[in-house]
Amino acid sequence: MNNLSTPLSNDHVMLAVNDLSISYNGKVALRNVTLDVKSNEIFGIIGPSGSGKTSFLKAVNRMDELTSGMSTSGEIRFHGYDTSKWRNLYSLRKRIGVVFPLPTGLPLSIYENVAFSPRISGVRHKVDLDEIVEKCLRRAALWNEVKDRLSSLGSLLSGGQQQRLTIARALSQDPDLLMLDEFSIAVDPVTTMRIEDVLKELKNELSIILVTNLVQQAERLADRTAFFLNGEMVEVGKTEDIFEGKTSDSRTTAYVEGRFG
Amino acid sequence: MTMFAKTEHNVRCYATEKRWKALFLLMTALLILPVLVILTLLIVRGGPAISWEFLTAFPIKGMTEGGVFPALLGTIFLVSLALVFSVPLGIAAAIYLSEYAPDNVLTRIINLAIINLAGVPSIVHALFGLGAFVLFAGFGTSILAASLTLAIMTLPVVIIATKESLQSVPHAFREACWSMGATRWQTIRRIVLPNAVSGILTGVILEVSRTAGETAPIMFTGAAFFLPFLPESVYDQTMALSLHLFVVATQVPNVPEDLPYGVALLLIGLVLTMNALSIGFRIRLRNKKKW
Amino acid sequence: MSSKAQKAMAHMDRRDLSWYVDRAVQILMFVGGISAIVFIIGIFVFISKEGFSFTFGRFDIVEFFTSMNWRPTSESRETYGAFALIVGTASITGMAMLIAIPFSLGAAIYIGEFATGKTRESLKVLVELLAAIPSVVWGFIGLTIMNGLIIQLFNVPIGLNVLNAGVILGLMAAPIMTTIAEDALKAVPDRYREAAEAMGATKWQVIVKVVIPASKNGLVSAVLLGIGRAFGETMAVLMASGHSINIPGSVFDSVRALTATIAAELGETAVGSDHYGALFTLGIFLFLITFIINLTADVMVRGIRNK
Repeated sequence: MNNLSTPLSNDHVMLAVNDLSISYNGKVALRNVTLDVKSNEIFGIIGPSGSGKTSFLKAVNRMDELTSGMSTSGEIRFHGYDTSKWRNLYSLRKRIGVVFPLPTGLPLSIYENVAFSPRISGVRHKVDLDEIVEKCLRRAALWNEVKDRLSSLGSLLSGGQQQRLTIARALSQDPDLLMLDEFSIAVDPVTTMRIEDVLKELKNELSIILVTNLVQQAERLADRTAFFLNGEMVEVGKTEDIFEGKTSDSRTTAYVEGRFG
Repeated sequence: MTMFAKTEHNVRCYATEKRWKALFLLMTALLILPVLVILTLLIVRGGPAISWEFLTAFPIKGMTEGGVFPALLGTIFLVSLALVFSVPLGIAAAIYLSEYAPDNVLTRIINLAIINLAGVPSIVHALFGLGAFVLFAGFGTSILAASLTLAIMTLPVVIIATKESLQSVPHAFREACWSMGATRWQTIRRIVLPNAVSGILTGVILEVSRTAGETAPIMFTGAAFFLPFLPESVYDQTMALSLHLFVVATQVPNVPEDLPYGVALLLIGLVLTMNALSIGFRIRLRNKKKW
Repeated sequence: MSSKAQKAMAHMDRRDLSWYVDRAVQILMFVGGISAIVFIIGIFVFISKEGFSFTFGRFDIVEFFTSMNWRPTSESRETYGAFALIVGTASITGMAMLIAIPFSLGAAIYIGEFATGKTRESLKVLVELLAAIPSVVWGFIGLTIMNGLIIQLFNVPIGLNVLNAGVILGLMAAPIMTTIAEDALKAVPDRYREAAEAMGATKWQVIVKVVIPASKNGLVSAVLLGIGRAFGETMAVLMASGHSINIPGSVFDSVRALTATIAAELGETAVGSDHYGALFTLGIFLFLITFIINLTADVMVRGIRNK
């Protein structure tokens, strides 16, 4: 699944963030974040809303360029390569899949939703596209539900199905890093569990950043977890440590135990 | 007495409200009524004048008899050529404003320029067309000069309609495409435009209707009072329906009374049909949402 | 750290065809965007250019604004006093606003605040159709139907006058005013209305005390744009006003408007003559006035729209 010629070792640093600060029209949304995400790990980010989690994701795939008023400072390295020096940001974004909080099926058929990214990358042959579409829909646990109606509109699926469609679409980019932003907000609990299973599978092939407001979700899935609060990263550590009270900051324990947030 | 009893004060308030509501309804009706009266009158008076011959024959005997064929054809020429210029330009401008333009001073100036383009008196557009296209560019009084003048004048119609329909496509679709590494243009071409195309078409039909009715901008740039032949190229002058109405209504002696009514009915019929088409299209569009 | 991976990334970070296409399209669209500015400047430049020799030669600003003698074809001495034309335009526009302001604001309130569902939709469609009637057709209606009506109703010798042109222009300006005013009313957030209604206000009280004050700027700009529309109207005014130079003593007097003067006389002038230049100078005057009106309207409406 990896595009790079050499297999990556488990301690390969997929994403290295150094002293990242983000502001919107001068108002600081996130300050001085330093962390790294290794390959084949699920990296959880927890914190109450407004803590800067979504801004962080936007900065990683350089959506700041497309968001008016957003500016960043600090350094983000993807595979060790400074993203601010990237000449063709579109090629960067192709390596990083994103799943947004609200499921967004594009107003295209289910098939074309998943074929969108391969198409813009130059895949033309129907056979190749068919293969990619089926594979990605299967991996997102949606294939069985939609295989008989691939030509119906993706934007008219149910919320849970649309979210899995979004994941299939993100996978069709063949990304090295998958970022999910509170994906379960508009999804029923059964679908949430199915998607969580999908993520555990996917971990063997890529890195995942899981932003969530459900602390238990991070506890279930993440290898390491970072806690964001009011635009600051309070701490980052092994998920077990964070949830077993071995924290360096009392606010973290207070948050994971549900005392605020 | 309970809280909900009708106090005298409440009753009075309610009566005031009813009176005002009735007054406003009356005002609305008085605005709309003239249209219906005018339409009825034009149909009653102008209807008999319209015949197959009226549509297909040249005017004869100093425009007091015969048909309006060259004027009708001229209007079609002028409108078509104007669309050729204004539609691509207007769509480009709308795409820029909706998809690319940052929130800065330049964008504000562009928007202001568009409002002004729509607000400048039509006769000033005529002066501009005369100065820029007829004289400076050397097109002479011609279909080309008149169409360009019309195109610039009605450009705001296309820009505003297109911009609105582009912006009605949810922003989330764009973000989804961008996050997959689609360029802005790929996003526009594959997602935004296909979902805005019917709205754009609505705007274009509206522009046709506006352009067909304009008189002042073509008076000195390319439309002639009377021509005994049809134009052969874009450098020729042409007759036009709107100007023809002005001419037979004010400039020609001894016109039979029905004739100008017939021309007016034809012109307004053309314009209102286009408008109704555009409105109908828009309503159908709204009932057929994809998200 | 894996420098191989780093190299592979650097290899992947190439500007490909779609990157260049995107850039090219962006530039193309930008050109489309600034075309509006180019045209507005172009309009000003070209009418100034044609009017230049007159504006900086024969033009006498005092005569222009104070003399009511517009005699461009006089054999002894041509005079270019636009005072009567300005008064003509102002009187017709004033008459039009007398009709259009109350009626279109009333209609906007009815359509925006009282009417619901199908009624509302059909009223909006009818207002839109009202806006679609071409200027020259309105002129024709003024010339024939309105003319006869005024002669009969008021027992006056001629029906082509301030009243006629004013009513026609009022009807022409009303749709745009109604539409913009209704937009302004709709821009008032529903929670304002709900908050007032929760305190027991009737709908009418909500409109007067909450909705209208909150949308004041938008309503003013609707009126301004209506004035701009009436002020710049040409064919209808030419046909319905009587087109005779006059300082009107009553609404039954014929007048002559700035726009109509250009439309009526431009065809008979020689390019480059004083008369020709004088008409372009009138054009510059019209352009500047409408520019100021539109600018003011835009500044006013920004207050609401800039959310």
